[in-house]
Amino acid sequence: MSVVEGRGLTKVFGAGEGAVTALRDAAIEVDAGELVAIMGPSGSGKTTLLRALSLIDPPTAGDISFGGERVCAGGRVLTDDRKLRLTRMGIIFQAYNLIPFLTTLENVALPLVLAGAPNAVAFRGARLLLEGLDLAGRAGVHPATLSGGEQQRVAVARAVVNDPAVILADEPTAALDTERGRAVMELLRRLGRERGAAVIVVTHDERMIEGFDRVYHMTDGRIRTARGGGDPAAAVV
Amino acid sequence: MNLAGRDIRYHLGRFLLTGLGIGLLLATVMAMGGIYRGMVEDALSMIRGAGADLWVVQKGTAGPFAEVSRVPEDLYRAIRAVSGVRDASPVAFQSVQLRQGERRLRVQLIGARGGALGMPPAVAAGRPIGAARHEMIADLRADLALGSQVSIGRLRFTVVGLTDGLVSSSGDPVVHVSLMDAQEIQFLKGSEAIRNERARLEADLSGRGPGGPDAASVAPLVQNTHLANAVLVALEPWADKDEVAARIQRWNHYRAMTGAEQEEVLTRSVIERARQQILLFRVTLLAVSTVIIALIIYTMTMEKTRDIATLKVIGAPDRTIATLILQESLGLGLLGFLLGWALIGQTYEFFPRRVAIEPVDQYVLLGIVVGICALASLLGIRRALSVDPTTALGGGAQ
Repeated sequence: MSVVEGRGLTKVFGAGEGAVTALRDAAIEVDAGELVAIMGPSGSGKTTLLRALSLIDPPTAGDISFGGERVCAGGRVLTDDRKLRLTRMGIIFQAYNLIPFLTTLENVALPLVLAGAPNAVAFRGARLLLEGLDLAGRAGVHPATLSGGEQQRVAVARAVVNDPAVILADEPTAALDTERGRAVMELLRRLGRERGAAVIVVTHDERMIEGFDRVYHMTDGRIRTARGGGDPAAAVV
Repeated sequence: MNLAGRDIRYHLGRFLLTGLGIGLLLATVMAMGGIYRGMVEDALSMIRGAGADLWVVQKGTAGPFAEVSRVPEDLYRAIRAVSGVRDASPVAFQSVQLRQGERRLRVQLIGARGGALGMPPAVAAGRPIGAARHEMIADLRADLALGSQVSIGRLRFTVVGLTDGLVSSSGDPVVHVSLMDAQEIQFLKGSEAIRNERARLEADLSGRGPGGPDAASVAPLVQNTHLANAVLVALEPWADKDEVAARIQRWNHYRAMTGAEQEEVLTRSVIERARQQILLFRVTLLAVSTVIIALIIYTMTMEKTRDIATLKVIGAPDRTIATLILQESLGLGLLGFLLGWALIGQTYEFFPRRVAIEPVDQYVLLGIVVGICALASLLGIRRALSVDPTTALGGGAQ
C-alpha cells in the first residue's frame, strides 16, 4: 500500500495572463520503505511538487493521500498540515535550516518537544540518534560551529527523530561536495530502510541517485518518466 | 524546551545591551514618579511638621502655599479664646534667597514664635531657637553647619539647630527663624521705600490743612509689620474640628482650613501642574519604550524569518511561535525593568531633590511594563505568523 499518493497535482502561481503553471497534472505514488528521487532541470517543478506533497504550499488542484487518508482534495487541504508534517513527515532542507540558537541536541529534539514529548524523553531520543550518527561529541554546540556535512547529518537526524512515514528532502546534497553528498544520501537510504520510511529526494545530481528504487523525471511541470533507480530500461510511466 | 530562553541565551550580549537601554528609559520613568512622590511628601512634611489642626488664613484665599494671605499677628489671641482651641500661634512663610559668603541658596523661610506651633517639634542637631532674634534652624538639605553665619536681606543669622527632612514642595530646604525676623524680612520696606512713602504721606497730609495728624505719627501705622501669613491652631482632643472652623469663619476676613484642606491645596492646586507635567513625561517615555520594544522585537523577528519558516515547516503551531515572540518581548521588558530599578536604587540619593521610590509605584509600573511589552510584541507576532513557510526552502547554507 502506498504511503503517499498524489493525483492530478497542478500548481498555478498568479492569475490571469500573468499566471504561471509550475506543476501540471502530476501523479506520484510512493510505498513504505521506498527510496524515490525526483529529478529535473531547474524550473521543472520538482521543488513545487515536494512543497505540494508536504502541504507547505498546497496544489491548486489535485488530491493527496497519506497512508490511505485523503489530506488534500481538489487543492483544498483537509487536515492540520503542520500536525501532519510534525507527526508523519520529516523534512530536510537544501540549506540545512538548523535553528541557530539551539544546540545540536536541541535541534534534533525539537520535533519531539513540539509533538508534546517531555524534555527528558525528547533529549534521550535525540542523544541516541546523534550517537548513531557519530555526532554525540557535537551535541552541545550550536550549528554555526558545525561543518556543512555535520549540519546536514544533524538535519537528517531532526527529520527522522519522530519516526516519520515519509522523509522529504529538497536538494539535500546541493551545498555539499560529492563525498559528503554521497555520505548524506547513504545515511538517508540507511535510515529510511531501518525505520521503514519512504524517502523522497529532490535532486538534480545523477550521481546521487544510485540505488534508488524509483526515479521521477520532470520537465515543464510534468512528470515525464518514472524508472527504477539506475536502470533506464525500467520505465514504468 | 523554551525557545525564547534559548534565543535570549544565544544572543545574550545584545539582549543585555538592549535591556540596559530600556532600563535607562524605565529608570527615568521611575525617577519621575519618585520625584512627584517626593514632591508630595516634601509638601506634606512641611504642613504636617507644623502640627496644626486648623490654619486660619485671609478670607478668600487658599492659604500661604497657594497665594498671598495676611492676617494680623495678634489674631491668635482671639482664636485662643475659642472653645476647643488648645493653642494658636502666628506664622509667616516666604521663599527667600539665603547668602553664605559667595554661596546663594533658595530656602523656604518659616517664622514662628519660639517653642510655639510652626516651629519644628524636634531638632536633629543643635538646639531650638532660644533668642528673640537672629537665630536660625536649618534643614540638613541646606548644608549649613551649626554655628555658621548666613544672611537674608539685611539680617544676619547664626545657625543654632538642624532639622532632617523638612523641605518645601519645590524641594527647597526649610529654615525656621523667629516670627519677628520673618516679619521684618517679609513686611518691612527698604529705607529708600520708607523715605519715599514718608514724603508722599507728608504731601498728602499737608493738603488736608492744619489740625490733622502729622506724618511722623501716622508712619508706624502704614509701616505695620505685625502681620502673619496664617495662624496655626491646635485643638483639644475633644474639640470638633469643623465646629471650631465654622466658628472662626463667622468672623469677617478669615477662613479656617483644616490640615487636610491645606494638603489638598498643595497636592491639587500647587503641585497639580507639576504632576500633570510629570505624568505627561512618564506617558511619553512609556510610549517611547513601547515603540522601542516593538521595533526591537520586530527586528528580532525579521532576523528570525527563516527560523520561523523552518519551525512552521517542521510543524510548530502558531501558538509556539507567538509564545516565542511574546516571551522575548516580556523578557526584554522585565530585564529593562529590573535594570532600571537597580539603577534608580543606586542613584536616587544623588538627585538634587527627593526621589521617593515606593514599592507600590514600582509594582504598578511593572504591570504597565508587562502590558506594553505584550502590546509591543503584537507587531512581531503579526509578522511572525505571516511568514511564508516556503521561505525555509530557499536560500543558501547557514
